[in-house]
Amino acid sequence: MTGILSLITFAPVLGAALILALRAGRPASARGDDLTRWIALITSLVTLGLSVLLTVRFDSANPGFQFVEDIPWFAGIHYRMGVDGISVLFVLLTAFLVPLCVAASWKSVEQRVTSYMVAFLLLEALVIGVFCALDLVLFYVFFEFGLAPMFLIIGIWGGKRRVYAAFKFFLYTLLGSVLMLAAVLAMIGVAGTSSIPDLMAFRFEPWMQTWLWLAFFASFAVKMPMWPVHTWLPDAHVEAPTAGSVILAGILLKMGGYGFLRFSLPMFPDASEFFAPLVFALSAIAIVYTSLVAFRQTDIKKLIAYSSVAHMGFVTMGIFSFDVVGVQGAIFQMLSHGVISGALFLCVGVVYDRMHTREIAFYGGLVNRMPIYAVIFLLFTMGNVGLPGTSGFVGEIMTLTGVYFSSTWTAVAATTGVILSAVYALTLYRRVVFGEMTNPALADITDVNLREIVIFVPLVVATLWLGFQPGLVFNVTASSVDGLLDAFRTAVGD
Amino acid sequence: MFANDLAIAAPLLILAGAALFLLVAGAFLARPDRWVALGAMAALAASAGVAIIGPRGEAFSGSLTADAASVFAQVVICLGSLVAIPLGQGWFERRGIRNFEFPVLILLAALGMAMMAGAGDLLSLYIGVELQSLALYVMAALQRDDAKASEAGLKYFVLGALSSGLLLYGASLVYGFSGSIRFDEIAAAVNGEAGTGVLFGLIFMICGLAFKVSAAPFHMWTPDVYEGAPTPVVAFFAGAPKLAAMLIFARVLAEAFPLAADQWRQVLILIALASVAVGALAGLAQTNLKRLWAYSSIANVGYAVLGLAAGTAQGVQAMLVFMALYSVAVIGFFACLSALSREGRPLETLDDMAGLFQQRPWLSLAMTVFALSGLGLPPFAGFWGKYYVFMAAVNAGDPVLLWSAVAALVGSVVAAFYYLRLVKVMWFDPAPGQTDRPPVEAGVIAVGAAAFTFPVVLGLMPFIDLSAKAAAAALGLG
Repeated sequence: MTGILSLITFAPVLGAALILALRAGRPASARGDDLTRWIALITSLVTLGLSVLLTVRFDSANPGFQFVEDIPWFAGIHYRMGVDGISVLFVLLTAFLVPLCVAASWKSVEQRVTSYMVAFLLLEALVIGVFCALDLVLFYVFFEFGLAPMFLIIGIWGGKRRVYAAFKFFLYTLLGSVLMLAAVLAMIGVAGTSSIPDLMAFRFEPWMQTWLWLAFFASFAVKMPMWPVHTWLPDAHVEAPTAGSVILAGILLKMGGYGFLRFSLPMFPDASEFFAPLVFALSAIAIVYTSLVAFRQTDIKKLIAYSSVAHMGFVTMGIFSFDVVGVQGAIFQMLSHGVISGALFLCVGVVYDRMHTREIAFYGGLVNRMPIYAVIFLLFTMGNVGLPGTSGFVGEIMTLTGVYFSSTWTAVAATTGVILSAVYALTLYRRVVFGEMTNPALADITDVNLREIVIFVPLVVATLWLGFQPGLVFNVTASSVDGLLDAFRTAVGD
Repeated sequence: MFANDLAIAAPLLILAGAALFLLVAGAFLARPDRWVALGAMAALAASAGVAIIGPRGEAFSGSLTADAASVFAQVVICLGSLVAIPLGQGWFERRGIRNFEFPVLILLAALGMAMMAGAGDLLSLYIGVELQSLALYVMAALQRDDAKASEAGLKYFVLGALSSGLLLYGASLVYGFSGSIRFDEIAAAVNGEAGTGVLFGLIFMICGLAFKVSAAPFHMWTPDVYEGAPTPVVAFFAGAPKLAAMLIFARVLAEAFPLAADQWRQVLILIALASVAVGALAGLAQTNLKRLWAYSSIANVGYAVLGLAAGTAQGVQAMLVFMALYSVAVIGFFACLSALSREGRPLETLDDMAGLFQQRPWLSLAMTVFALSGLGLPPFAGFWGKYYVFMAAVNAGDPVLLWSAVAALVGSVVAAFYYLRLVKVMWFDPAPGQTDRPPVEAGVIAVGAAAFTFPVVLGLMPFIDLSAKAAAAALGLG
């Protein structure tokens, strides 16, 4: 099975190359665009199949890295790939969401389809690379390179203020990342290796850990995003095309949380412990403050974007609780949010494709014309609120439990966020779906069609399945998380 | 051992002989431009080949050296010059300027650069610098009916002469206080921290060389010359000559003043940070792409100088990797510019590039690659250059250098804005009109350089890494 990670990572690149070979330089035509779409869909489905195979073959009893590939490159850098219990499910999540994104863009992206699909497949490859890379420099390459396709996706196929949003997204993230690059260089200089497993075993001086932690934090906090560096996210979400938002919320944000788990905790344990109160404070503020901000939004996408920031607050809080339940909950919350927020953005996309507006006030009474849509939207709204039975509940309750022992006040403050999320999410649902249909423009709106139902079915299944059987995730993550936290406790000495 | 001297000098002799022969031959041939261009290209290829397989050592009692560093530079110089000939020849031909002097001037400039790369004493350093500069002045003004090109040539010449004066004055002070023009003997005479007199000379020389590589605060000429000079000429002199000048910069510091590293490091850090700041901030206000890339080159030279400032073999290696990768990218970028025109008018401003992706997908893809490489986005070539430089700065163990590296990294985020703006204009904006069909040779060179910048470089890095390492080791810094 060695080589499967490279295959999963570069399969989308092969698909993109095939699209370029067949379509580059040709004039746009309906048949050609359909060909592009089918190639992209099949490529992403093949990637999904390989990822499922990877997850099935994954040995969950082994806490170390599996399917490792290691080829020396240059200047001490290796092409080194591997997955453990923490990363393997993110690979699966990415491969799961991308075919849905391709399908969701089937009709809504009409312009420059070739470039769009190539950018999307490239992005998929880079994100999977981030989760598989076991070399610090390789990780940085995948992490940063992803900015370019996302910049184009927002900037070309986005809304009115797409240029502003694309620049803000790129420059914000880049500033965070160059500080991480400085830390990466310092780590390689001191430890003499760029191998992530070796660096996990290496103990940096506590004073150095502090600086390194801050530099990595600058990058991951922007990516997460944490309050107060979250302001790029609502802009990026509002302007991005539907599938761009799905990828952004579903996967790109998770790279921040994954980074904390992969680097901050194991490599800078002392600094992580030292800064945990800071993270708790920022998480609590994020949960309460952005929930309130979300409540005041008039744009559906912006509301969901702010709710993402609030939900990511649970993740950071759970990670820095240094508790098995908290960390497991954080990973679960990331996976669950990937599914639910992706689904919510797709729900917005459904009405946006029909009406070309995302103003909440424009809608109302959709249940009269779109009963199936109302059911689907309700399910994901409930998932967003954290209703038991949906996957959203598991992540929230576990992170709150985990944090309760480390910082009771953070847990108390964060719990209000659970209530606030119900307030804004249910209000949104009431105003868009319930009530009388007063806007005459909505009279002819049609319910979800077969293609859209096919897109939503896997998401509904995933949300409910994870909600009723969260153990599926914990089986995979348990031994790696235990290993991570054991090493952490040994390092900080308690 | 005169025969041995000649063998070591063979790559230079090939260039010199070819330049003289082609000049005479051109005067007698009926249609000289094609043949002279081919001859010059053959001579450049031969020179690089002979440099690689030729003997290593010192020639003419140490005036000229052939070591891993000079060979490394020689190969880059010859390749850069080789590419510039078809690029420029076609460009001039389309403007009705049919001359065979252009390839000859390129040969002479390459000879000057090769001499700089292999200089073992102050005299050959100066002759190399001057030969190279004079050829470049003429090339900048080659389109002599064009007011801007003439202005560029004149400006370049006057300011270049001033900097040569500084260099020569510095060299004379160093000679006067140390008693030798050979680098190794200067090092032996100084033997430690430089005294006041030698230090004065060294600073003057640093100023003169900083001028040649267009590092701030000696950068004023760059934007004007880049804007005015013919685009393919800019493609030529933005790449290889900078590498040659940076190598001789490194050689002077490493071979003549190895023990005074703490003294010159502070000057270099200042120059590096000033260059990065000027390049990043002033670039934000530019609308002409040639001026923009002039500021970008100032910032990039700042990074190369930062590598040098580390004062270690790793720093020199970083500088060489950086400059080699940068040369390819900059030639490619200006090849793109020289390929693009709309109704015969060259596209030079940011607005001209609007919607280019719709019309010229390959060229705008190439320009996107160069912009992202300039921005330092991994895994493009520009990132690896910066990676080496910052690694060297961090490993040098000097906290000032470490924080300078962090400051320079932040500077690269500022500069990112203008690189992104170019990408934005090409991809996001609607096109104002059709562009002309690009000439084949410029398109091939542009796309080839882009393919090198990404992804070919990823495969070649192990090789570039090792050859730059060997080259850096030859300069003898620890």
